Amino acid sequence: MSTLPDSYTQYPKRGEGYDHDLYKWSNMHERVPVRWPQGSVAVWLCVSLEWFPITPGGTFKAPGHMVTPYPDYRHYTSRDYGNRVGAWRMLDAFSEVGVKASFATNAAIAERYPELIEAMQSAGHEIIAHSTDMNGTIDATLGEVAEKELIGDAMTRLEKATGTRPKGWLSIARQQSFHTLDILKDEGLTYCCDWVNDELPYRFANGLIDLPLNHELSDRTIITVQQQSADSWAQSMRDAFDWLAKEAAGIGSGRMLPIHLTPYIMGLPYRIGALECLLADLVEREEAWFARGEDIVAYWEAQQ
Amino acid sequence: MQEGAPDPDLYDYHPYRGRPKIEWPDGKTVAVWVAPNLEYYEIDPPIHPKRNPWPHPAPSVVGYSHRDHSNRVSHWRMAEVMTRHGFPGSVSLSVALCQHHPEVVADANERGWEFFSHGIYNTRYSYDMTEAQERAIIEDSIRTVEDATGQRIRGWLAPALTHTPRTLDLIAEYGLDYTCDLYHDDQVQEVKVAKGKLASIPYSLEVNDHYGFFVYNMSGREYADTLVRQYERLATEGEQSGTVMCIPLHAYLIGQPHRIGPFEEALEHIAKDGRAWIARAGEIVDAWREQVG
Repeated sequence: MSTLPDSYTQYPKRGEGYDHDLYKWSNMHERVPVRWPQGSVAVWLCVSLEWFPITPGGTFKAPGHMVTPYPDYRHYTSRDYGNRVGAWRMLDAFSEVGVKASFATNAAIAERYPELIEAMQSAGHEIIAHSTDMNGTIDATLGEVAEKELIGDAMTRLEKATGTRPKGWLSIARQQSFHTLDILKDEGLTYCCDWVNDELPYRFANGLIDLPLNHELSDRTIITVQQQSADSWAQSMRDAFDWLAKEAAGIGSGRMLPIHLTPYIMGLPYRIGALECLLADLVEREEAWFARGEDIVAYWEAQQ
Repeated sequence: MQEGAPDPDLYDYHPYRGRPKIEWPDGKTVAVWVAPNLEYYEIDPPIHPKRNPWPHPAPSVVGYSHRDHSNRVSHWRMAEVMTRHGFPGSVSLSVALCQHHPEVVADANERGWEFFSHGIYNTRYSYDMTEAQERAIIEDSIRTVEDATGQRIRGWLAPALTHTPRTLDLIAEYGLDYTCDLYHDDQVQEVKVAKGKLASIPYSLEVNDHYGFFVYNMSGREYADTLVRQYERLATEGEQSGTVMCIPLHAYLIGQPHRIGPFEEALEHIAKDGRAWIARAGEIVDAWREQVG
């Protein structure tokens, strides 16, 4: 039988606080209350706009990437369906109820589909930087130099194609390296959405802000991973909203409901209706404040 | 256990039919205990040759931060719901949480919850440990929990459910009274150990929230319904001989905003039913031990 080295039962980072210095511990219910300009629950719609090269690459396989041997027409086209059809259904759904959303957008999307960018911008939606394309994954194996180039390239290309430099960043699969937070800060970003440990914005040690985009509430987790129906997903969103509204009233502080959507998942003909019904319900709720990521961050930051 | 044998000889076979009647206090038929896992997962732990802790090289952001949600947000959300309906916790504790986030441990202690050990960290696995290493984690657990809470641990749930062939003998030798690692029964059962006595209290993988959400892929409402069905059946069968229902939880799962509401309804159902003896693990083991000797 193999044995473990003595170091396996030694714990050099065992002490008060975290085993890293990326951010400090704080428990949400004891923080200074936060108030939104209206209502008590900030509803943050965040749509991922993803372009999957048919030639997969990156440090790991992005969720939703190619599956079959090359050429995988099946997955290349089903993913691109989201950009051609699903995203337009979502834009219509948002416009129907008069709400603004965030779109986490690959640089390749902005370059390839200017009509989509124009529609998002004219409707007042926010563009969050979402790497280069779905091969643009980040993890510790990428290396600091290559990671800087990747993030810099995504930011430059997005700024060029959209005319604005995004304030927010979402990593593919929310995966980072230990260098990512500093690189994002150096690129002038205000916030990222990757760390799902909280339900309100908080600040990293380097000054960047985390706006947690809850992966558990995403259509990907509930529909694609857990294989629930669109109606079950919508029911979960209603249950979450009801709970958060009650919690906000009880504690006297704003709460946040992040709704992470994927056009090739929720934008299908048989699912989009569940999203439309949910939006129609939530806009009628007096506790709801529909807001873009950058608005939530700005209101939160002004109260710190 | 019998190391290397096809039958590890953990316990004797006892058919469910015709067992002596176990009686719970006040004529209750099912002992219900809630087992919140209060855990600390390291961001960059040493890699064990038999198990990789994270799906990505450190930092595995979603894995780590999802679990951190417990210690910033959802522990309190879950604990408030439990307290509101009269359910104490019997905590499966990564004992290093006493150092990292003493606020979480203190909150559980103030609520009158019981603590048992779930290892030092949930990212350190027991496979291949030497006897000295394994004794060290048991002694560390006893000392750490006593220092932080004043309680002497009475039970064990192996860290990340990783064992050695000697774990059960060792915890019995140190005077622990129960293990949560065996899933062979709906009643408390005797475990065969080298020295002393050890009870197996039913924990549960099947109605563990992790299994509910990420093995069986249930919605929050489906999971709550599962708990009610589990409860109803065990409460009825417990008229013959007292049964045990455990609700094993992780705040970062059950305390998510879309799940906690339906969960509260399930707890309310159980609390109002009248047949449940809502208790801590140690009390259940004691009541059983008094009857079986």
